[in-house]
Amino acid sequence: MSAVFKDHEADRKVQVKWWTSRIAIYAALITWAVICLFPIFWTITTSFKLAPDVMRGNMIPWWDFTPKWKGWESLGLSPRLIGEVSTVREEFLKRFWNSAIVAVSASMLAVILGSLAAYGLSRFNYRFGFMRNSDISFFFLSQMILPPVVLALPFLVLYKSLDLLDSRIGLILLYTLMVLPIVIWIMRDQFQGIPVELEEAALVDGLGIWGAFVQIVLPIALPGMVAAFILSLVLCWNEYFFAALLTSTDAKTLPVMVASQTGSQGINWWSMAALSSAAILPLVVVAIFLEKYIIKGMAAGAVK
Amino acid sequence: MSTEGDLLHTVTADTITDTRRRVGRAMVWGAGMLFCVMTAMQFMYDTDRSIVGFNTWRPVLFAYLLWATALCAAQVIVNGEKGKRTLFVLPAALFVISLVVFPLLFALYVSFTDWNLASLNGPQPNGWDNMRQMWGDAFYWNALKNMVYYVLAVSVEYVIAFGLALLLNAQIRARKFFRVVFLLPLMLSPVAVSWMVGKSMLEVRFGPVSRLVRELGFEPSFFGTPEMARFMIMAMDAWTFIPFMMIMLLAGLQALPREVIEASKVDGATGWQSFKEVIFPLMLPVSVTAIVIRIIFKLKLADIIINVTSGGPGGATDSVTSFIFREYRDRSNVGYGTLLAMVYLVLIVIFITALLKLVSRWMERPA
Repeated sequence: MSAVFKDHEADRKVQVKWWTSRIAIYAALITWAVICLFPIFWTITTSFKLAPDVMRGNMIPWWDFTPKWKGWESLGLSPRLIGEVSTVREEFLKRFWNSAIVAVSASMLAVILGSLAAYGLSRFNYRFGFMRNSDISFFFLSQMILPPVVLALPFLVLYKSLDLLDSRIGLILLYTLMVLPIVIWIMRDQFQGIPVELEEAALVDGLGIWGAFVQIVLPIALPGMVAAFILSLVLCWNEYFFAALLTSTDAKTLPVMVASQTGSQGINWWSMAALSSAAILPLVVVAIFLEKYIIKGMAAGAVK
Repeated sequence: MSTEGDLLHTVTADTITDTRRRVGRAMVWGAGMLFCVMTAMQFMYDTDRSIVGFNTWRPVLFAYLLWATALCAAQVIVNGEKGKRTLFVLPAALFVISLVVFPLLFALYVSFTDWNLASLNGPQPNGWDNMRQMWGDAFYWNALKNMVYYVLAVSVEYVIAFGLALLLNAQIRARKFFRVVFLLPLMLSPVAVSWMVGKSMLEVRFGPVSRLVRELGFEPSFFGTPEMARFMIMAMDAWTFIPFMMIMLLAGLQALPREVIEASKVDGATGWQSFKEVIFPLMLPVSVTAIVIRIIFKLKLADIIINVTSGGPGGATDSVTSFIFREYRDRSNVGYGTLLAMVYLVLIVIFITALLKLVSRWMERPA
């Protein structure tokens, strides 16, 4: 590039190059966006289709097929049936409610236990026997590699004798255990970013260490806690393995319900699509509105 | 417990009387004794040696909880300020120990028994029989081999995720929109994905992907051949988890020092050169973290396999977890399944430890 003139030969080449790179970037972005969105679009539209529409492969609503409530009627969730009593809807809502309660309580418990432990580990030096701080941290984080199968059977037997089989409390305990390492990982990073001087000032002003933690540190660390909470929520809501093994009638969660429908012969496309949409929608909404926190949670710890 | 080297240093002058100490210790020992007595009693009742007992073990659980609470409270009573410090970590530690260590010990015992839930005798120790059976079980080794393939697939996922992270980090419009859209697959439950993608979109007659393949002039068969089926499982799992790596890498890219990249531009590096010589080396630590975590998640892969192929055709897509799941579910072969799980745990621990060692040695080496 010798001279900078808009109509100079070399500058035009630069412009062409710039435009091609722009087009390439947007083409790649849009391609991947389609890959991400198409299955969701397909599921939601299929829940409004009738059998012939599915077989003909119609895809765009109002253009090549007319949306019908058939799929949602099989869940008892359509404008026509919403006022009436429906056993399917009750069944569905029960599963939905189970999933919600289990996921929310497990995430809460994990965030409380995890934040406390992470704060302690980031501020004080501990010594339990031979275990120092780094060993304790490693002990917590190493739970992440524990595959669920190893715990599945002992818990099956343990819960049977404790009468916790097919109960929500049993699932909550397990899910808390499952997400605790992730919470500790995120929160340790959060607390390390908070200057100790804040607490020192609070201590000078007469607060105890717990007072300083609750009144000074927690409000600052709140966004991180929300991030950890949402990430746990996603993992717990989607968990299938333990729920499939440990629940049967009362505490069955939504993923188990979805899975048990797929097993049957002659899948009802529209009702399956409606059920799947209902199972994924809450988290899709969460993703759209709380995306900032999810990204914050996952980014924590990755970047040191 | 030492307090030296605390980041948050506190000076405390606790005067703890002897009675206070004694009360604290008495609480712990009392609750502990109660727990032990109840355990023993319930054990006798269960083995028909006594008639006093409860229907379930749940009261014993309550006794355990009481002991745990007493232990936490006693920390403060006995140790004063120091105890308040311990109280931050103790609940989580107790929780994890009681929910992991005891079940693991129990699993170790069960894995050397011939326990089948269908048999009436209950668990009978059978020495190394399970181990011998495992040695000859072609399906288990096959599942382990599949796990190697699945883990290797992480490298491809990494390349795609890095590409997407670079795209999102470029000067683009509607960045937030793309970020949300790219994140969505991670939010979906594997079970729903296995229906949405595995069972409906890949359905041979009406699925949209099958239609597309037929338009292109091929005969769609996604789960017919072992290689194809394995590839489809990998693709579905990748679809859900690529956002996870992408976000971590994106966070890494955004934390890169601007000056270095600008300096490389000033020095006349082309886009590819500045990526190869500057961005990629700087991103190594983040990449390693992302890959290790992804591998850890990959080793738990099961939901999609259970719901789409249940291991078929001929065990070609089986992961260890899905294989053991069927061993429990269909054959109730509890003793053998647990042994397989324990062996898998040992293998994972060895693998991850070696991986971390390797990575840390490699990272310390001056580039």
